[in-house]
This record gives sequence, C-alpha cells and structure tokens, in this order.
Amino acid sequence: MAECVRVDSSTSTHTMDKSITLPPDEIFRNLENAKRFAIDIGGSLTKLAYYSTVQHKVAKVRSFEFSYTPPNDKLYEISVQEEVTARLHFIKFENAYIETCLDFIKDHLVNTETKVIKATGGGAHKFKELIERKLGLKVDKEDEMTCLIKGCNFVLRNIPHEAFVYAKHADSEFRFQTTHPDIFPYLLVNIGSGVSIVKVESEDKFERIGGSSIGGGTFWGLGALLTKTKRFDELLQLASKGQHTSVDMLVKDIYGGSYGSLGLTGDLIASSFGKSATADKEFSKEDMAKSLLHMISNDIGQLACLYAKLHNLSRVYFGGFFIRGHPVTMHTITYSINFFTKGEVQALFLRHEGYLGAIGAFLKGAEEDNPNQYSWGENYAGSSGLMSVSPDMNPMQRARSGTFDMLEMDRLERQLVNLPLLQDPSSYIPDTVDLTEDALAREYWLYCFEEALDGVVKRAVASQPDIPEATERAEKFRQKYRHKLQTLRHQPFAYGSLTVRSLLDTREHCLNEFNFPDPYSKIKQRENDVALKYYQKAVKSLEELSWEQRQFALVRGVLAGNLTPSVPCEQRPWLVDSYDQWLERLKGPPHKCALFFVDNSGVDIILGVMPFVRELLSRGTEVVLASNSGPALNDVTNGELQILTERIAAMDPVIQAGLREDRLTLVQSGSSSPCLDLSRLDKVLAMVVRERQTDLVIIEGMGRAIHTNYYAMLSCESLKMAVIKNSWLADRLGGKLFSVVFKYEVPAGKPSQDSAALTPS
Amino acid sequence: MDFSLGAAVFYFHPLKCSVKLNRSFPWFGMDIGGTLVKLVYFEPVDITAEEEQEEVENLKSIRRYLTSNVAYGKTGVRDVHLELRNLTMCGRTGNLHFIRFPTQAMPRFIQMGRDKNFSSLHTTLCATGGGAYKFENDFRTMADLELLKLDELDCLIHGLLFVDRVGFNGHPECYYFQNPSDTQSCVKKPCTLDNPFPMLLVNIGSGVSILAVYSETNYKRVTGTSLGGGTFLGLCCLLTGCETFEEALEMASKGDSTNVDKLVKDIYGGDYERFGLQGSAVASSFGHMMSKDKRDSISKEDLARATLVTITNNIGSIARMCAVNEKIERVVFVGNFLRINTVSTKLLAYAMDFWSKGQLRALFLEHEGYFGAVGALMELLKTTEDP
Repeated sequence: MAECVRVDSSTSTHTMDKSITLPPDEIFRNLENAKRFAIDIGGSLTKLAYYSTVQHKVAKVRSFEFSYTPPNDKLYEISVQEEVTARLHFIKFENAYIETCLDFIKDHLVNTETKVIKATGGGAHKFKELIERKLGLKVDKEDEMTCLIKGCNFVLRNIPHEAFVYAKHADSEFRFQTTHPDIFPYLLVNIGSGVSIVKVESEDKFERIGGSSIGGGTFWGLGALLTKTKRFDELLQLASKGQHTSVDMLVKDIYGGSYGSLGLTGDLIASSFGKSATADKEFSKEDMAKSLLHMISNDIGQLACLYAKLHNLSRVYFGGFFIRGHPVTMHTITYSINFFTKGEVQALFLRHEGYLGAIGAFLKGAEEDNPNQYSWGENYAGSSGLMSVSPDMNPMQRARSGTFDMLEMDRLERQLVNLPLLQDPSSYIPDTVDLTEDALAREYWLYCFEEALDGVVKRAVASQPDIPEATERAEKFRQKYRHKLQTLRHQPFAYGSLTVRSLLDTREHCLNEFNFPDPYSKIKQRENDVALKYYQKAVKSLEELSWEQRQFALVRGVLAGNLTPSVPCEQRPWLVDSYDQWLERLKGPPHKCALFFVDNSGVDIILGVMPFVRELLSRGTEVVLASNSGPALNDVTNGELQILTERIAAMDPVIQAGLREDRLTLVQSGSSSPCLDLSRLDKVLAMVVRERQTDLVIIEGMGRAIHTNYYAMLSCESLKMAVIKNSWLADRLGGKLFSVVFKYEVPAGKPSQDSAALTPS
Repeated sequence: MDFSLGAAVFYFHPLKCSVKLNRSFPWFGMDIGGTLVKLVYFEPVDITAEEEQEEVENLKSIRRYLTSNVAYGKTGVRDVHLELRNLTMCGRTGNLHFIRFPTQAMPRFIQMGRDKNFSSLHTTLCATGGGAYKFENDFRTMADLELLKLDELDCLIHGLLFVDRVGFNGHPECYYFQNPSDTQSCVKKPCTLDNPFPMLLVNIGSGVSILAVYSETNYKRVTGTSLGGGTFLGLCCLLTGCETFEEALEMASKGDSTNVDKLVKDIYGGDYERFGLQGSAVASSFGHMMSKDKRDSISKEDLARATLVTITNNIGSIARMCAVNEKIERVVFVGNFLRINTVSTKLLAYAMDFWSKGQLRALFLEHEGYFGAVGALMELLKTTEDP
C-alpha cells in the first residue's frame, strides 16, 4: 500500500505537515478581499469557505453622440472597464494541512472587518482553539445538520448537474440528472459514523425522520476489528477485492437454489456472516470486508427505502463520508436501493457532497447578504470538478490525497429562472448530445476544441494589441484550457454531463479568468459596421418581392446571415424542412408575440434577423429580441444590440415605430454562453414573455438550435433555424456540411401542420 | 374435529383426519433452516395393547430413542421444557417433543435414517425450510426417503396459530413485557393472541423474514434482512473466537456495549436536542472501534454484547418501520435467535414501545423457533385425508 500523507482521524494526535508550501495563486484565491469565513472540519478533510470579490475586465460598448461624427466611421466605442463581481470560494484539503493553511490565510488576510468564523463538523470542536489563536477570529459553531441541508439546497438550486445516479457497468459511470426547478421535498440520507435520514420540505423546514446506528463508523470500526486494517480507504480497497459469498450465507446455501415462490434468487444474501459461525475456518480480510460492506450498504438502503415509502418521497440523496466519491459504496448503495424498491426510487449522489457543510455554514454567516436571492453559477475555470477515486478510473488518486480541491461560484448579475414556455420543465434537457455517454462524439469534440485552441489564443492576443503582457496571459489561458480538456478526456463527468455547451462555457470562463473578456469585440464592431451599410438596400429589395417570395427570402436571409458569405445556401428540400408548414401558418392570423433568441453580430443580426423582425412587426406581431448579457464568441450582446437597433431605427420607420410603440423590446437572456439553456434565463425575460402572451419562440444558430434545444419541447409554436457548419455533426445528423435545419413545430393539441423530425441515420 | 382444547373458533382449515384413515406412525415434522434443524415428534400415549403388538420393532426403537434421551449425538438437543403434554391430534393423544440439531449434522441424520431403515415405515417425512429442497436428493439417494416439501412461511403461520391455540400445557403460549422502558420494573407477562389478525410476524432465524399476516391463509412477506441470528453468531465467532450460540450469549450477557458503540453523548456531549435524540442512544454501532486505542483495550464480552445489541436494534428498527408502513400495531417476534436471549427480547420490546411512543406492542412466543416444524407436522396429518 503506497504511503501518503494522510491522517487517521481516529488517532488523537494529528500530524501537522508544516513542510508543505502552498501555491497561493492557485489555492486560496482572492484572499485580499475575503470575508465571511466558514469552516467545516470532518474526520479527515477540512473544507474552508469564504466570500470574496473579483475584479476583472469587461468590454463595454457605448454609443457615440449623434451630433458627433465618429472617427474612422466607427459605430460605437468599445471600452474595457474594471468590474467587481462576487465569488464564493470553497477549498477542501486534508486535516493534516490545517495549520499551514491557517497560517497562510492569516498572512494574506487584509480585510479586518472579519471577526467571526462559522464552524461546523465533528472536528470543529477539536480545532477551535487552534483556529482562534491562528486567525484571531472567534469560532462560532453552527449545527451540523442545519448546515448540511442549507448547503444541499444551495447546490441543488444553483448547479444544474449537481445530482447523479451511479452505474458501475454503464458506459459512463455517472448519469447526471437535470435539476428540477422545484427541489423540494427530498430525503437526505447522511451516512457518517451513523446514519441520519432527513426529510427536507422547504428552505427552512426539515426534520430528522429516522436514522440508524449502523453506518460508516460500523464499517470502519467493525472492519478494523475483523481485518486489522486501520484506514477507511484501505478497508474499501480490501472490500473491492473480496468475495462475500465465502462469508455470507446465501439463499442457495440454504435452499440449494432459489426460493422460487417468493422470487428470492439463489445469490441473495440470506444471512450476512452466516458462514463465519464456525471455528474451523479462516476467512480472508478481503472477503470479510466485502461482506461487511454489503451488509451495511444493504441495511442502509433498506431503511432509506422504508422511510421514502412511508413519506412518499422519490428523490433520495445520499451523502456523508461513507459515500463521498467512493465508487465502491455508491455502487453497493445503488444496488441496494434498486433491489428494495424494484427501481421505483433511484439513489442520487451529489457532485459537491463534500462541500455541503461548509456551504451551509457559510450561508448561515452570510444571511445578511441574503445570498439566496441571487443565482450563482459554478465557475469551471476555478473549480476542480469531480474526480473519480476509483483506482481503475484514476490511477493518480494516491498522489491526489495531498492536493487541494476547489469549488468557485460566481454570483450572477441576474436571477435565473425557467422559460415559462417549456412544455415540461422537469424533463427539459438543453443539450442535444451528452458527450459523457457518447464516446465517439466526445473524442471528436475534445479533439475539435484542442485543434481550435491556437486560433482562440491568437484572437485573444489580437484583441488586446496595445497590451504587451497579453501574449503571456494568453499563454496561461492556453495552458489552463488545455489542462481542462485533458482532465475532461479522463474524467468526462468532472463538471456534470460533458456537452459542446459545457466545453464552450469552460472556454469562456477560462478566457475571463485571464482577462480576455471579449476577444471578438473589434471583429464584431467591424462586421456590424459593414452590415449596417447594406441594411436599407436589403430591406428595399425585399419589399420589391411578392409576399410569398419575400417570406422565403427572409428565411434564407436568416440562414445566410448565419453563414459565411461565400457559402451558398443549400437548395430545398433541406435536411430538416418544414418550411411549407411555416408558410401555411403565415397565411393565417398573426402571432401575438414572438420571442427571438438571436445569434451572431454583423450580417446575421442586421441583414438576417432584423428584416425578419420587421416583417413580424408589419404583420402585427410583437417581438421580444433576446440576446446575451455577456460576450461569447461573436454573438451579439445586449449592449451591442441596443446600439444597433437604435441605428436601424434611425433608418427604418417600421423598426422605429416598433420601438416607440413598445412592440419591439430588447431583453437580456442572462447568459454569456454561445449556447442556450432555457431553464436558466433572466427573470425579467420570463416576466416579459408571460406579460406579452408570447406564442412563438424563434431560436437561431447552431449553438442555440442544434447543440442545444434541438429536442426542446415548447408549449407554443417554435421555429428553430440553423446551418450546420460542422461536417462531423452534419454527417451525424444524416446531412452534409452546410445542411439547413428549418424546424417549425406546433405543440400537440394545437391546430397544426406536421412537425419535422430529424432522425440521425 | 379432534384437538379441541376449548378453542371455540378455528381460523384455519381444520384437520379433517378420520380415525379410520389414521396416519401411520411415526409422526414427524421437520424444519431444515440455514443453521438449525427443528424436529417435532408426536409420541402417542394412547397406544392400545393391540397396537403395541403390531408396532414394528423399528418404530418402537425410534420412539424409545427419542423420548428417553435429551441429547442426541454431540449436537442434538431435546428442549424438554417445551414439551406439549397430553395433546390431542387427529384423534390421538400424545406428547409433542421439540428437538433441534445443527444443519451441519444433516448428513449424519440422513445416514441414521438409512441405518434405522426409516423407509420401511411407510411414513411421509414432511419437511419445510430451505433444507427440504437442498437435502431432498440426499434423502432420496442415501436413505430412500421421499420428502414432502412444504413452504416455510405457510408452515410457520399454521404452526404458530396451532400452538397458540392449544396453549402451553395449560398456560398461554404468548407473552409480552410490561414496562418495557424501565429495566427495573420490566416484567414478562403472559397473554393470549385472542384475535391475532392482522399481525406483523418477524421470524428471526439465520436471516430475518417479516410477514404481514391478515388471516391464516392471507399473508405476504413484506421484507427481510440478512442481518439476523446468523450474523450475530458469525460476527461473534470472528470477533471473540467463540463457537456456539450459547457461548456467545453468555459472553454478551456479561459485556457492556457502550465501550464499543459510540453514543449520541460521545459526539454531542449530551442529548442532540435539535433532533430529540437522547444522549444514551447509539449513534454509531462499533463507532468507538475506529480508534486503535479503544480497539486494543476492548473485552470479548463487550464485543459480543455490542454485536447482539446492534443486530437486535436493527431488526427492531426495520420491524417498526414495516409495522408503520403496513399499519399493523401488533408485532410478533419468533425464531431461534430469541432462544434463551432475554437481552434481545427485552430490547425489542423496548424499541417497539419507545420509538412508536407506545403505539406498537412486541409479542413473543415460548416455542420461538419451532413453529415451522409444527406446521410441517400438521401438513402430514392433513394429507391423511387423501388416501
């Protein structure tokens, strides 16, 4: 057994490893502005939490005064400003490092307002004196279970792929669940040294409905007695190598086969340790450990099921040190739950299970800031992600014990909610392909993003020509993102389901991390500028067409705008083609209000989307244009779109009237992603959509209509338009490069034409 | 209707055996479990001189062997104190004997059946329990005996209701504990199962089966757990080096589980008031054993006690949840795990009472583990009606 610096929490004296040096930039980040500390000290791991502010650069656009003739004919001004945003930091490390870490924090802590540190966990008591002495902060103890539940609510609400089911033999070990908008009620089974079963009904209402004394401590204590093995991890290792059938009495040992009339199979354990009631046999450590693991997991699973049934709950989350990322225990618990509920209840695990106590303690201390009124998002750049501790999956795990695991969450400017027009919010999955489960697709996209990295780095450098150290920063970005891609290659589940969206978002997070807030800003500016010059001409030529010709030209305009100018638009019939139904629909009464999720800057928005919008307005349909709150690639941002719309309005009375009469509205999506998650949208957008009785949703572009939302079912009519600009994906979908997807759908039950279905061949 | 001992109503199909078609002796019922074989033997005491004449030597010797000994071989035991005397079954009066031996001794038992030429007696050997299936072929090939295999849960229920009805030599078969929450004033009290349905029947053998019984024929197996008597003995053997159930219980009776288990107060310094948990409640079974120092200083007796308490509490906890889920207030515990095991019976009585706030009552039966075997014997007498 390889040795590593680990401390058996059962020994009373902790070996403090003071020789380690911490790489400060990477671990306790943003300590200068840190406040509201909280600490959760468990049996072997310490989790530290604090709130900090991050100053980073953002690109802002500002319109020039009309009276002023802009130099170089530029449309608007781009300025880089400093912005301060809130970030939550959570760091997990071995208890052995606690003293070193406290010293480090003391040395770097500037904020003197901080007087108190919230503490929870079994070890909080033991380290109270040390913390108070080292940090000069008063330790304020919080109830462990309250913290746990608070933390659990927080991650379930803010991290979309927080919960997963574990499947040992499936292609992907972890199957992530879409978080329901309504997270209550649920059952939390916390398996520490004992087991607590808690029913959570609302943010502040929870009750311990039961528990058991047979828990992790029983496995550890009894296991240590039986096998003379001291450490919990080693016991699990032993168990994973053992055969329980030599120790347990199975149904077939009693019956010679199965107990058919009761449906009990022969392999079922009839009596745990039933074969060890004999003096004349020796049992191997591995076999005993395995039998013990089964006994305890089955017992906990059975109780959890009985409580779930009694309280009629189907969502059961498991946590505690017995579970904490250990594939062996996740597997046996899952097995047990499946057995006892015949699949009716799924055992759910949490990606940030280890942080719940610290998050909860932090939230207790931050109540005056009311963190629950904001939405928070996991920062992929600053978070370590989920690691498999399975030795087969991750041969590096031994070396990892001395490392630090991190979670960072950014406070989002806006509160995010579901699009009210989702047909079934609980089953909505934004992403079209789950790369965690599709190994071929994963290979391809990881390769694709790695190949594209050079270009991204170049563009980032080019976007800051006057800043000499940009090259150095861009290089750091390259390393960071490449490292993320490598991690994802080995642990595709690190940040929840791996998707094209998550790969894109991770890249954006990394760019922001190194202060490249908007590498495309100048390109977008130039392209917008050029496109505007053609606007009036384009509108004029459209007006000259017959009604029917115009409808087609408008659609082609959106598709072409979404395309590089040199590529001709595919001839009909398109790969997915429900244009005829759309046209039929247009002959009918106008829509009440259309919500349009826009994509790129330049030709796309100005010559594609705007004329389309113009036609809708002319038909008497109100239009809500939804654009990104923050930059992503060359997507038009809300700030840019406001300026563009003003410019267009100055040239076009239809748009102008639309704005004036409030029939054309611009809203932010709340996102800074090239993709679109309809379950996390700006609250204001949702409000506008509801108020205006939106009955048509238009989603444009590959990121929003193909990579995401391709299968999204809406409760109103929807139109998804995109050109597939990736030959691999086109091939996957049964088409070729630059195939067109034009998907017009009417929800079942509404008077409708057939909706197009795209089946990958 | 023969075996009338004052019971006014029969809930189950009566034993309609006619005297004419009287089943030939010997009358055995057998329950072959994972750990123990339970055997009941009906010794007729109303044998007429005529019968005595006709009785083959073989049969006589079996009767004599079984009734004149209290131990058989190294491991077979007759529980003399359980004997039901002057019982009337199928028109015959006799004594019902209760015998047990380890399932491991099954090959020797079959061997004996062959040596005593049991097959010549033209009797049917009614057997239940998993072993009826497992050893069926051995009986056939080694002793030329054909087993009548019976479902163990059917037998358990039939046997239990029968013994409860006939009573225990004039005393009630059933008992409970008065004041279960108070170790000082907790006393065993006899009672009757007058109106037994519905009941939750918890059978603790090597493993545990939990049944919801609504009538003599209408019942379902609710669940079971592999943490049963076999687990107690198995773990005790590994932890203490003991060899028998009696030894394990003897040690357990002298031990203190709080040296092994981590209590709520060991973690919270007292009660965990937020959740209404008493400081004396066990928070983590064997939780103290995570510490090497404590492992090194622990006694075998403490370990045996902790094992017993852990297994018992767990069964109590599952049984209680099942009772609540099934909406049944009467929980009847049977099975050989409870033999000479007042630590467990009292603990179960306490657990049912305490955690249900007095809603549930734990009941126990004197013939703990023998009901399956009795049920098998009754099946033998029932089959008599079909010539």
